[in-house]
Amino acid sequence: MVFLGGQVLPGNVGRAILGPFADQRAVDALNHSLGVDRPLLTQYGSWIWNFIQGDMGTSYIFRSPVAPFVLDALVNSMKLAAVAFVLVVPIGILGGVIAALNLNRPLDRIISLGGLSVTVLPEFVTGIILILIFGVWLRWLPISAAWPKDAGFFMQLYYLILPSLPLFLVLFGYIARMARSGMIEALDSDYTRTAVLKGLPWRTVIWRHVLRNALLPTITVIATQTGYLIGGLVVIETLFRYQGIGSLIFTAARGKDFPILEAGILTIGIVYAVATLAADFLYSVLNPRIRLGTDQ
Amino acid sequence: MSSSETIPDNTAPRGPWAEVFFSLLRSPTFLVGLGIVLFWVACALFGEHFAPYDPLADDIINALAPPSGEHWFGTDQIGRDVFSRVIVGSRDILTVAPLATLLATVAGTALGLFTGYFKGIVDDIVSRILEAFMAIPVVIVALLAIVALGTSKATVIVVIGLSFAPIIARTVRSAVLAERELDYVAAAQLRHESALHTMFVEILPNVIPPILVETTVRLGYAIFAVATLSFMGFGIQPPSPDWGLSISSNYGMIGGGFWWTVLFDALAIASLVIGVNLAADGVQGALND
Repeated sequence: MVFLGGQVLPGNVGRAILGPFADQRAVDALNHSLGVDRPLLTQYGSWIWNFIQGDMGTSYIFRSPVAPFVLDALVNSMKLAAVAFVLVVPIGILGGVIAALNLNRPLDRIISLGGLSVTVLPEFVTGIILILIFGVWLRWLPISAAWPKDAGFFMQLYYLILPSLPLFLVLFGYIARMARSGMIEALDSDYTRTAVLKGLPWRTVIWRHVLRNALLPTITVIATQTGYLIGGLVVIETLFRYQGIGSLIFTAARGKDFPILEAGILTIGIVYAVATLAADFLYSVLNPRIRLGTDQ
Repeated sequence: MSSSETIPDNTAPRGPWAEVFFSLLRSPTFLVGLGIVLFWVACALFGEHFAPYDPLADDIINALAPPSGEHWFGTDQIGRDVFSRVIVGSRDILTVAPLATLLATVAGTALGLFTGYFKGIVDDIVSRILEAFMAIPVVIVALLAIVALGTSKATVIVVIGLSFAPIIARTVRSAVLAERELDYVAAAQLRHESALHTMFVEILPNVIPPILVETTVRLGYAIFAVATLSFMGFGIQPPSPDWGLSISSNYGMIGGGFWWTVLFDALAIASLVIGVNLAADGVQGALND
């Protein structure tokens, strides 16, 4: 609906950057993240132009170009976010599906209530408790996400497990809840009844008919959670002393290092826009009705 | 309800509210949540009378003492009693979060009434702007606002209040869109009541239930946000014994095994957030019945 309803505002800067196919919400988000800092249009225009060319300005504090800081931090944050996403998307969906298939039985109650409880807790609270359990008492995992310099892929992964867990917990509840309600709706639908009545095996019904429909809203939720995830990253990266985009913005805000702050927030805006766009694309691939809708 | 159908009765609106009240009292979720919240409210109001120590008094000789009979939750890095600090630490968060929620509710309700009532172009423009606002994480908005305005409780209240207002506005708007098609609104318009009168006197009382639900849910998120901002150093400032702030000043040492300096504050935040959410869940259940 939003995809179809997105109206093109003429002369819109965010629209100009993102191209004519971008989602309206993404453009709005980008415009906003740009507009917050720079009220002067001309200044703003030249800054954007430089940004596109890869020149993000010069840091007030470090007296050196901003771009390397922001890009390094972005790569680090993406590693962390990727670990959290790779863990949470399948497990969250699985949790929701299991809950829906066991509707109102104890397993459903445990997943729904547990998911809801961990979702409402601030990341730094779950983070602290997880650090205490796995880092201080059990000593299974390192309490800081800063890995040794020459750490390989698995070593980095090992250091990222603990920081990704609080993000995992927050997202798990949302994704599981959406998957659960999508499943319940799909299980209750006429096409599922038809599929069952025409004698298809239960497994085929679930895989081919129910899951595909049930997961559509879940994909949208996962995409909208990207914005949320970014907020979470600021907290988690500070807590675990991790050199990501969140802690970069945080440090820049404290030090009033505006070029880094602006570049960081604009980068986040772009990431958010890309994520939303990707979700819309995926959604239309999975749901033929949307594609037909755009043609008309 | 059946009596109000036969006899016109001015006190009829009380009926449904009493029903809601009694169904709340029967909801274990709500009662547990309310119990937890009231416990912390009591701590915030009267905490200093039953806290064993002054939460701000340092005692360097006994710094970082582990939990014992003397200091139930141990002491922090300058020897302040953690138990007393946890009790009194509920005060600031329980002032700031409800005020932020109140601001969000008032602003959001007004916005929602306007956009829902006028529909059309006003609605389109305002809704687009609100959507753009909602796309930005609260932490980022807060960071920018606090860089621009400086840190104070008032800034935190305004930032959280205004970040949450669009969400409440959206809920109110969709409720108003349904209400405005009903006959009583047409009747008010035929009587030439002003738009403001129709919105606030006619429609508002009928959209109270969704507003109430949204407010209780938002209160949970406001506590989440206030705690997070305090932890980031952008919220409540020292020497307040606030929980988020205590965690932020002590978590650097947990590698050394001083778990008691952060665990109890973390559990306090967790219990308050879960308590508010349980209560919100109960309210939602009672109003949807």
